[in-house]
Amino acid sequence: MELFSLGIRSIFIDNMIFAYFLGMCSFLAVSKKVSTAMGLGAAVVFVLGVTVPFNWILNEFVLKEGALTWISADLAAIDLSFLRFIMFIAIIAGIVQLVEMVVEKFSPALYGQLGIFLPLIAVNCAILGGCLFMAQRDYTLAESAVYGFGSGFGFMLAIVLLAAIRERLKYSHVPNGLKGLGITMLLTGLMGIAFMSFMGINL
Amino acid sequence: MSAETLEKALVKPAEPLLSKRRKKLITDPLIDDNPVTVQVLGICSSLAVTTQMQPTLVMAISVIFVVALSNFVISLMRNTIPSRVRIIVQLAVVATLVTIVSEILKAFAYDMYKELSVFIGLIITNCIVMGRLEAFAMGNKPYDSMLDGLGSALGYSWIILTVAFFRELWGSGSVFGIPVFDYISGLFGDDFNLAKNGLMVTPVGAFIILGLIVWVQRTKTGYVEH
Repeated sequence: MELFSLGIRSIFIDNMIFAYFLGMCSFLAVSKKVSTAMGLGAAVVFVLGVTVPFNWILNEFVLKEGALTWISADLAAIDLSFLRFIMFIAIIAGIVQLVEMVVEKFSPALYGQLGIFLPLIAVNCAILGGCLFMAQRDYTLAESAVYGFGSGFGFMLAIVLLAAIRERLKYSHVPNGLKGLGITMLLTGLMGIAFMSFMGINL
Repeated sequence: MSAETLEKALVKPAEPLLSKRRKKLITDPLIDDNPVTVQVLGICSSLAVTTQMQPTLVMAISVIFVVALSNFVISLMRNTIPSRVRIIVQLAVVATLVTIVSEILKAFAYDMYKELSVFIGLIITNCIVMGRLEAFAMGNKPYDSMLDGLGSALGYSWIILTVAFFRELWGSGSVFGIPVFDYISGLFGDDFNLAKNGLMVTPVGAFIILGLIVWVQRTKTGYVEH
């Protein structure tokens, strides 16, 4: 039940975009068409869902203070957490590469759709942000898996919704200076207000 | 080599330290080619810290440090990096610099470190850093690359500082922690109160303020996105 609550929280309340501004670059750049937004969203769900638990294992057994005790009790005083950034980003880049190769091998159709987005995901703030939040909030393995998938879905929801609005927006008359980034930021703000209504929900 | 030719070779850098072209590298990204409002980069990691001026300033300084130095380092290594693994190499360099920043903050400004929490780490994935590395540092000399990084980071800094200024002023009624609103209402007597807008402290405020800044800035420069 607690896991379910965490999942709901990470999708709606602690939404990556509307609460933490993570992944804004791709959120703005790839939200012009619903179909591509869907592709990117799916890739983010997958990569977040895999990397967060993976980085949890790394954090728990290598980086945390006293994490190396499983090798020998003498290592209990070692704290490698300053290596967190570089190790997390290395794991993310590695997994993204791996995912890319697996998808290319087993599902060329999906690879064709995601093609350009997959390598870009390595530098998506949402992924690293998810991993760092996981480490900061001391989740368990199950929690971090749920959190990873949940925030991925939150991102996907946000980007698909925005893409749908922007598709409609093509036919409206927007002032020149607001075209593109300006109107998108205002829209995101309005969507943020809508998402604020989820705040305070306790499951 | 005779002493004379050697001297000539040493004096050779005819281009002054801050030639017109190099000044352009710094000034262009400030307005005309601003990384945030024109190139739409680097919005990710930093809007979250703009509720107050002070953390925003720390964030801006950190980003300036990371972008300028990573541009410099990558530019030094640009001829030895195989293009297939360049993203990983770039990430490693950037992550190292960010770790340095975060350790310095942890040592000398622990409260600020706590407040910025994960957002310092997220400088790694700030698109400005990777964007400048890919677009400039991989093909230009170290000193030029450093200036280019400096310019982009400054362009980014003034935008987030402006966002933070309005968010803190309207949201919390203060600037750099100085309670401006209380001071102003003090001038007019007890019954006069300037209302604070709670919406500005939430992410929504950041989106709307940035949207408006983009509008004003693009109307001034006449840039239109298609």
